[in-house]
Amino acid sequence: MSDNENIILKDLNDDDLVEQMKDDLYDGMAAEVFEGTQILLDRGWDANLILSDALVEGMRIVGIDFRDGILFVPEVLQCAGAMKGGMGLLRPILAASGEKASTGKYVIGTVKGDIHDIGKNLVGMMLEGAGFEVIDLGINNPLENYLEAIDEHKPDILGMSALLTTTMPYMGVVIEELDKRGILKDLPVMVGGAPLNQEFADAINAHTYGRDAALSAELAKTIMGKNS
Amino acid sequence: MTGADANCDNGAHPKCLIIACGALAKEIVYLQRHLGIPKEALTLQCVPAEYHNTPQKITPAVEAILKERRDEFDTVLVGYGDCGTGGALDEVLKKYDAERLRGAHCYEFFAGSALFEEITDAEIGSFFLTDYLVKFFDRLVIQGLGLDRYPHLRDIYFSNYKQVVYLAQVEDAALKERAQSAAHQLGLEFVYKYVGYGDLTEAMRLVNVGAGHSYARSEGHQSPPCDDGIYHVRG
Ligand code: B12
Repeated sequence: MSDNENIILKDLNDDDLVEQMKDDLYDGMAAEVFEGTQILLDRGWDANLILSDALVEGMRIVGIDFRDGILFVPEVLQCAGAMKGGMGLLRPILAASGEKASTGKYVIGTVKGDIHDIGKNLVGMMLEGAGFEVIDLGINNPLENYLEAIDEHKPDILGMSALLTTTMPYMGVVIEELDKRGILKDLPVMVGGAPLNQEFADAINAHTYGRDAALSAELAKTIMGKNS
Repeated sequence: MTGADANCDNGAHPKCLIIACGALAKEIVYLQRHLGIPKEALTLQCVPAEYHNTPQKITPAVEAILKERRDEFDTVLVGYGDCGTGGALDEVLKKYDAERLRGAHCYEFFAGSALFEEITDAEIGSFFLTDYLVKFFDRLVIQGLGLDRYPHLRDIYFSNYKQVVYLAQVEDAALKERAQSAAHQLGLEFVYKYVGYGDLTEAMRLVNVGAGHSYARSEGHQSPPCDDGIYHVRG
């Protein structure tokens, strides 16, 4: 996207630097994104603002171009790696300032039989960027794992991911069981994964279908009543 | 059974169109010859195998061919599983009275559902290869996943995996060796299973029998080996 061979990040003013960081994130340039994050911190920027204006916003653009077929999975992974670097710097600061996890608790995991996790990890990262405390159950989760995590963490939202047509129906199994146990009425369940659509999410009685990571984070905020 | 005696009584061959993933082209041509399906009875049209990584392109590509050519044929067999179309392909096939291969993807219809399940139950971290994927491993897996450009992504893609399971269609020592080196390249253990053509044989056999013999309404289990031992064919 950018031709930044000769750009010296610390010479840029704040606005230009944020723009440049978004470009660098788009190009998957982890070291540059890390450096930009550090410069903004040194200039006294609030960690939350760096997260939302540079990193999350950059990743939102990546998400749009992925959806539109301009970027592909490997490029998105590069971008995610770059965002991770910046977030690594911000996370301890956010934690120390007590401002973390103000949005809510979110348990997320890929369902039983499925070990695809790229999309789930991206969603987790964007949720974290939106201020959620994310508890990631990883891959291949049977019902019991979700039940245990709900019991232990008392999440505000449960998220399930599936990439295989053979594992999609298992989301319905989990939702039905949550309903039987009286958990579903107080726990919104979000579902996502490439082969899903709104129709399927409705059919299995999911609360919300998340088409992509940025939108899913917005929808999760809406569920929490934190979106205008 | 030979091709000749399995055709329609009136002598005219029912015409079948097979729209298949490019990953099955060679296998279909082989089975056509092996089952003695006459050339005039079968037309094969392929969709690029690369669409696997962007399954949203599969259904429109298949539909475009159906739209153009459905009327020319008595039956249409679609050489795809669901392949990540999330039911969209099935919707289109219903509209055009066409059938597809049973199963979620080629690994399942080559191995058969029972064996596929057995392998994944024993080791969920199984990454499958077929003859086609072994032959075009560099293009479809290495380049397809961007590992040529970003080699470090290997461990991001495959950290959940333990083994490569090569479901071989033909017994071929050279291919087996290449599959083994592919496993090595991915940093995974190697398991070899010779499975032959699985459910593809049954589907093709019914093409041979012709219109009125629906593959979808057939038994739904693995076809028994042919009299001539189709499962034991060598390279
Ligand atoms: C990358 C990939 C892999 C990687 C996985 C690496 C990893 N660590 O995840 C590798 C190469 C290892 C792999 C393996 C396999 N794969 Co695969 N894979 C893909 C591919 C190409 C892309 C998936 C992906 O990561 N997309 C990128 C992310 C960003 O998108 P996403 O997952 O859709 O997620 C976004 C949204 O859906 C949403 N979202 C996702 N999860 C959630 C959850 C919540 C709560 C919310 C709100 C939103 C949300 O937000 C995400 C971010 O924007 C797809 C094809 C495709 N394009 O879908 C095939 C695909 C899913 N795989 C497929 C298959 C068959 C397999 C294998 C069996 C292949 C094999 N040779 O063995 C194995 C699976 C083994 C198993 N037991 O799970 C098939 C599935 C077919 C079917 N009928 O379902 C597909 C469709 C390819 C195909 N057409 O055949 N795969």
